[in-house]
Amino acid sequence: MRRRDFLYMTGVGLGASMIPNIPAFGKIISIEESLTPVDVALKKKMADIALNAAKSKGATYADVRIGRYLNQVVATRETRVENISNSESYGLGVRVIANGSWGFAATNNMDDASIAKAAETAVAIAKGNAKLMEEPVQLAPQKGFGEVSWKTPIEINAFEVPIAEKVDLLLKVNSEAMKGGAKYISSNLFMINEQKYFASTDGSYIDQDIHRIWPTFTLTKTDAASGKFETRNALSAPMGMGFEYLKPKDEEKIKGGPVTMYKKRYDILEDVREAAVHVDEKLKAKPIAPGKYDLILDPSHLFLTIHESVGHPTELDRVLGYEANYAGTSFLTLDKWESKKFNFGSKEVNIIADKLETGSLGAVGYDDEGVKCGKWDIIKDGILVNYQTIRDQAHILGLAASQGCCYADSWDSIQFQRMPNVSLAPGNAALSAADMVKNVEKGIYMFGRNSYSIDQQRYNFQFSAQLAYEIKEGKIVGMFKDAAYQANTQEFWNSCVQRCDKNDYRLGGTFSDGKGQPGQASAVSHGSATTRFNGVNVINTGRKLG
Amino acid sequence: MAILSKEEAQAILKKVIGFSKADSCEVSLNGSDGGNIRYARNAVSTAGQISTMSLGVSSTFGKKTGVATINEFDDASLQKVVKRAEELAMLAPENPEFMPPLGPQTFAESNTYNAKTAAMTPDTRAEMVGKSLSVSKAAGLDAAGFLENSTRFNAIMNSKGLFAYNKGTDVSFSVTVRNKQGTGSGYVEQGFNDLDKMDTLALSKIAASKANGSAGAKAIEPGKYTVILEPLAASDIIGNMFRGFDARSADEGRSFMSKKGGGTRLGEQLFSENVNIYSDPMNTEIPSSTFTGEGLPVKRTQWVEKGIVKNLSYSRYWAAQKNVQPLPFSRSMVIEGGTQSLEDLIKSTEKGILVTRFWYIRSVDPQTLLLTGLTRDGTFYIENGEIKFPIKNFRFNESPVIMLNNVEALGKPVRTGSGLIPPMKIRDFTFTSLSDAI
Repeated sequence: MRRRDFLYMTGVGLGASMIPNIPAFGKIISIEESLTPVDVALKKKMADIALNAAKSKGATYADVRIGRYLNQVVATRETRVENISNSESYGLGVRVIANGSWGFAATNNMDDASIAKAAETAVAIAKGNAKLMEEPVQLAPQKGFGEVSWKTPIEINAFEVPIAEKVDLLLKVNSEAMKGGAKYISSNLFMINEQKYFASTDGSYIDQDIHRIWPTFTLTKTDAASGKFETRNALSAPMGMGFEYLKPKDEEKIKGGPVTMYKKRYDILEDVREAAVHVDEKLKAKPIAPGKYDLILDPSHLFLTIHESVGHPTELDRVLGYEANYAGTSFLTLDKWESKKFNFGSKEVNIIADKLETGSLGAVGYDDEGVKCGKWDIIKDGILVNYQTIRDQAHILGLAASQGCCYADSWDSIQFQRMPNVSLAPGNAALSAADMVKNVEKGIYMFGRNSYSIDQQRYNFQFSAQLAYEIKEGKIVGMFKDAAYQANTQEFWNSCVQRCDKNDYRLGGTFSDGKGQPGQASAVSHGSATTRFNGVNVINTGRKLG
Repeated sequence: MAILSKEEAQAILKKVIGFSKADSCEVSLNGSDGGNIRYARNAVSTAGQISTMSLGVSSTFGKKTGVATINEFDDASLQKVVKRAEELAMLAPENPEFMPPLGPQTFAESNTYNAKTAAMTPDTRAEMVGKSLSVSKAAGLDAAGFLENSTRFNAIMNSKGLFAYNKGTDVSFSVTVRNKQGTGSGYVEQGFNDLDKMDTLALSKIAASKANGSAGAKAIEPGKYTVILEPLAASDIIGNMFRGFDARSADEGRSFMSKKGGGTRLGEQLFSENVNIYSDPMNTEIPSSTFTGEGLPVKRTQWVEKGIVKNLSYSRYWAAQKNVQPLPFSRSMVIEGGTQSLEDLIKSTEKGILVTRFWYIRSVDPQTLLLTGLTRDGTFYIENGEIKFPIKNFRFNESPVIMLNNVEALGKPVRTGSGLIPPMKIRDFTFTSLSDAI
């Protein structure tokens, strides 16, 4: 099953029994099969067949990706299991440069002849594309690493945990929700293992084993008399971890605020019990009066604002116009970067790209064009200092090497520029979220992602939260409903006045960042500590139907 | 290999059913063959050709169902996939909402297939993109676009004797044209079953004209305005409303169709009297398959008549619970309009805003179906029946339900994203802030 199909299927909560939604490529496999990786020597042999075939047809550069993508979904609703599926997608993609132009082809027939044919097809496509080329591809140099490997540092392989244990956990979640008065509860566990092999004519043979996990739920209560309903989603973060993420530890919890929050471990049972109480509060919450408020944004909420307003506009392919027909361009044009003084945000704003952050969704040792991953500044003390690049863009910034931001969601997708983990550094001075609240006169404390929207150049945005608490004279006094903040990216980040310290730093993230035509999905994390923004415009989104 | 005839598909499905030992077995066979070209900065960036076919088997013992898929079609592989589905069924928990397979059904022959579209090659695509690029290059503008075509088939069979087959084609094209200064942008998007209807040259000229026309946009105050939504803009918003026509979520109190005090809003006047919505898979402009994935026939259905909700969609399970007939939704949604052109609607407007398209639409409140999003690629101020000047983009916060209560006029429907949709003149449309994005 391809990632985007997996995300589509799971995203709309379809059961495995619905035949029309079975994806074209996915193959349901047994758990035992999922634990048997392809022999690395065989992968090297197949890679060499592709590289040699490409070179023999005139490719000046070639890379090959052999991907085995495993997805496991366990989906439940109230007292029943809706879906358990364990699927695999396995195949090979070859990318080449010939006559100065890119070409790509893929196959799931892994015999020698089919592999060679795919490579030859890629060269033919490159030569065909060269006729419509404006300028030849300039590829940043990259040394070969020989035979190397990298693995997500997991403690428990989620694919080894018995399905019964997962079902039992989710049904307990549902039971806790219903004990708390929920009428409807759906809970899901998504697990992904990308077994990726990359080889190139640079001399790299890179074997990677990448794991991700996402437990989540949606709890709903209805009030027939008023006709109202409210929901609360899990405050979990999808993570680049194994099943250990679901083994809660008290020392990884942040308590004392209106919501218990979780760092590198997640207590799904505790979260669902709190959610049942929160939904009651939401049903009784008072409508917000529109106006200017100081916002305290928890990392469970702020990650998405970072993703949309910092992560995307600093993608160099968007800046250059390669996404103009779909996701858009960027207000962070090259002249702003060249000026070395573009004031993206206040001095509190230090944004770091990090492809190696432990536990993050985007953590890999090497990207999908054989570049060793690292860490760099994007915004330094409020000033735009860098973008995110891949090998054929590095020369535009005068860089000697790519920053390793290339990714494809499947062996049959063309790798292109995707966001690394992009995070807001925590503050240096000791500060807890509870202390931050004490200094706010009129504010809102927001948790969890909800509605989000931003324009095609990433200026104007609107966000709302799962939970919005009113802060009055340094105290949390109740819950608001219908609160959404609207701002301009640059103004918003310039209103950033205070960050909690590293003890409050947490990752949020998404499994399904969409980009490209045809569309591809990518998983990425964004970290921050709780952060304060002063004087942000908040609207009331409440409406009445006739 | 990827596109099988009715007889070829039937032969494979019969063989698979023959291997089944389950109480019931449902099999689905899908294939597609197509390609795409993506371009940006006036040059091709990627191109691909993809051909796939896959088989899905759903086996049931009692109320325990297992599903397996495969993309190999020799006898051993077919036997293997059936066995795997049966093994999974034995392991699966009982599904209390299981519905037994349907018996044989009668389906209308769809008109989704076009031979010329099916014959498209990489050269056809390159030629069509070349026409688009000729417009942007000649005008000194930058184009970024995407052209994609596919031929696909879908066949289903079950152990109760049901069989259905459909074959179809699609070609879709979109292009964004921007001026070199980055101060103007225009966009078009079209999709058809029939290649002959796709004119990339003419469409690119519209996008180029909007790119030039939208340069130098002025800021005007956000607020409530009369808007003229081009069909794409109207479709962007209204497409989000149709899932609310699901009876189960309405009955469960979880949709804008839920009624205060319980029940649904079926039969209520929910929209303006000039709003009529139906779906029809046989509509020649927007044809679609005449059967659902489980084999229910899809027929013309009136969803809204003179603003009154006439039908809600019922799954087989929910229909059985409510003792009504199942009623599937169709992809071929039609909002009836009038005979006026977009230009006629502009001429009849004293003061208003013309919207080319919307972008990044997300749900803000499922209770009221409130959506937020932004205008994009050509927003213009209208005064005394004429476009006066381009304006900066707006963020809106509006519900399609409220919007369809404020319809002043509807133009001639055209095929666009969510169906056959007319340009719409809407009063009191709510814009909440300005965007500097171009």
